[in-house]
Amino acid sequence: MPDPAPKRTIIEFRNITKRFGPVTAVDNVSLTIQEGEFFALLGPSGCGKTTLLRMLAGFETPTSGQILIDGQDVTKVPPNKRPVNMVFQSYAVFPHLSVIKNIEYGLKMEGVPAVERRERAEAALAVVQLEGYGERMPDQLSGGQRQRVALARAIVKRPRVLLLDEPLSALDAKLREELRFEMSALQDRLGITFVMVTHDQDEALALASRCAVMNKGSLMQVATPADLYEFPATRLVADFIGSVNLFEGRVEEDESDHAIIHLPEIGIKAWLDHGTGASETVQIWLALRPEKVELHKRMNGEGPPTMEGTPPGHNVVKGRIMDIAYLGSESVYDVMLEGGKRVRVIRPNLTRWDQEDFSWDEDVWLGWHAEGAHVLLS
Amino acid sequence: MSGGETDWKRAKTGFAALLGPPLGWFLLFFAVPMAVVWAYSFGTNVGISDIEISGTFANYARALEPLYLGIMGKSLAFAALATLICLIVGFPVALAISFAPPNLKTWLLIGVMLPFWTNLLIRTYALIALLRDEGLINSGLELAFGWAGFERLSLMNNNFAVMVGLVYVHLPFTVLPLYAALDRLDRSLLEASFDLGAGHLRTIWNIVLPLAGPGIISAVLLTFIPVLGSYLQPDLLGGPDSQMIANVIERQFKRANDWPFGAALAFMLMYLTLFGIALQSLLKRRERPE
Repeated sequence: MPDPAPKRTIIEFRNITKRFGPVTAVDNVSLTIQEGEFFALLGPSGCGKTTLLRMLAGFETPTSGQILIDGQDVTKVPPNKRPVNMVFQSYAVFPHLSVIKNIEYGLKMEGVPAVERRERAEAALAVVQLEGYGERMPDQLSGGQRQRVALARAIVKRPRVLLLDEPLSALDAKLREELRFEMSALQDRLGITFVMVTHDQDEALALASRCAVMNKGSLMQVATPADLYEFPATRLVADFIGSVNLFEGRVEEDESDHAIIHLPEIGIKAWLDHGTGASETVQIWLALRPEKVELHKRMNGEGPPTMEGTPPGHNVVKGRIMDIAYLGSESVYDVMLEGGKRVRVIRPNLTRWDQEDFSWDEDVWLGWHAEGAHVLLS
Repeated sequence: MSGGETDWKRAKTGFAALLGPPLGWFLLFFAVPMAVVWAYSFGTNVGISDIEISGTFANYARALEPLYLGIMGKSLAFAALATLICLIVGFPVALAISFAPPNLKTWLLIGVMLPFWTNLLIRTYALIALLRDEGLINSGLELAFGWAGFERLSLMNNNFAVMVGLVYVHLPFTVLPLYAALDRLDRSLLEASFDLGAGHLRTIWNIVLPLAGPGIISAVLLTFIPVLGSYLQPDLLGGPDSQMIANVIERQFKRANDWPFGAALAFMLMYLTLFGIALQSLLKRRERPE
């Protein structure tokens, strides 16, 4: 999915490496971020995403490589001279200053006159919907309100780039969901480039226009959330973003409009609606998202159902339901195939009785559409 | 023992058994002697070793004579100056230690505390070896600048030497509470300050100092009070005009054999110190209502 209209590059990491003693936290990362993007750095803890963000803020200096903001090399520029501002994971709201003084702090450092300072701070408070909270002290605020103060304090400086370090991780689930929408709307309204670090894939998928998945200091894949989910580049990305069923396989037939893949682990053939370009001699993996697997009743003597877009006998396999987790909006089924392989299936509960369709120890057919699966080469 | 269900606070015998010895110790060796000396301060000498507790305020009246008020004032000034120097020297030290890498931090802290492991008297004599006319500083300077007609500095037996001694001995009392306060500071607050455009000095002024305030107050108190009662440094390093109040008190108890007057002077110092602590807790309460 190509971006609409190519935009201007605002941030560029050039071959950035950062070592802490013997540990390589960031390993030769090159990355460009476009103006106006909501960019997410996503990865498990210790993957180097926070170090990358801190180098962008200026709190860490790269061991080698360059960082450019707006075409300017800022690699050695101290944090107080960079056109970026950060919302800290702990919010870092100054506890001895009132809300309005917190927000004015950055403007005061810039030398903005008192009257203008107050006006801009009040405006920023309005943006984060905290009008009238200016005189409160931080310890009189809730976690969500403190987060908004941190946000207001950063945006009041009108930075070129706003950096967010796990901005929602300290909040409870309900509030987090609410603020997700707000952050997204805020970014639209301000038009500032946002760069966010998160370990929460839901947060990244929901907020970001583009994500970089990192692991062990390296970039695994940079793509839109939908591409990351539907077309992951590697098993690692597929597994990190959402959950996935992986089957080892080998390409048997590879044409431009379809491919047939033998899956020896489960003893069936899979039909894909597109060519794979993979060599027939190498091992590949078929990635199948749980919600793309269908459950069908399996009565004695009845043959397998035919899956959409496939010739009969493809993309279906026998299984037995071992466990069911009812999650309200959907149910998760743990299905064991005949060879012992476990497959995870997610089924939306479209009506109030859907969760009763299948029960424990029931024999089923598992199947997926020709467009349901994705081939991974590594 | 009536079983694990009993609240330990309600097991009165056990509680008393634990509390008794330390309380008895405290009463016998702290409260009682203090009370005795306090009573002496209202007493009169009768004979060489007998004191009559006559309830007189004469000792206090004498303690307020210009001579002693002058020495008290001088002691306060010495203590204030020494505390100020300790703060100025100690703050960067404490800041540096709190930002040092963890393994180095331990060694630096040990370095700060190391003087505590040596006897105060020995440390003071070591200072004499350094400062006296033929001491290490003078002979070192002589070696380096003797050709340029260097004349020995007189570093000993004056107020300068006393101040050096007071600062040297009490610096750890300043550094440790400052360090404790600075080490507790949330680093992200400092980063936030940099991020918002403040440099190092403005971050220290606007963020570090206000947040380390309680730590600074403890450091001031922990330094000021012992300096005020210092006895050894003026005695060993000072000159004839370097006496502090503790030297006068010592003389009353020993050479002058005027215990009541010594007691009155000692308690003047005590009232002053208590007043200072009361002031501090009052300020603390204002800072943190509830």
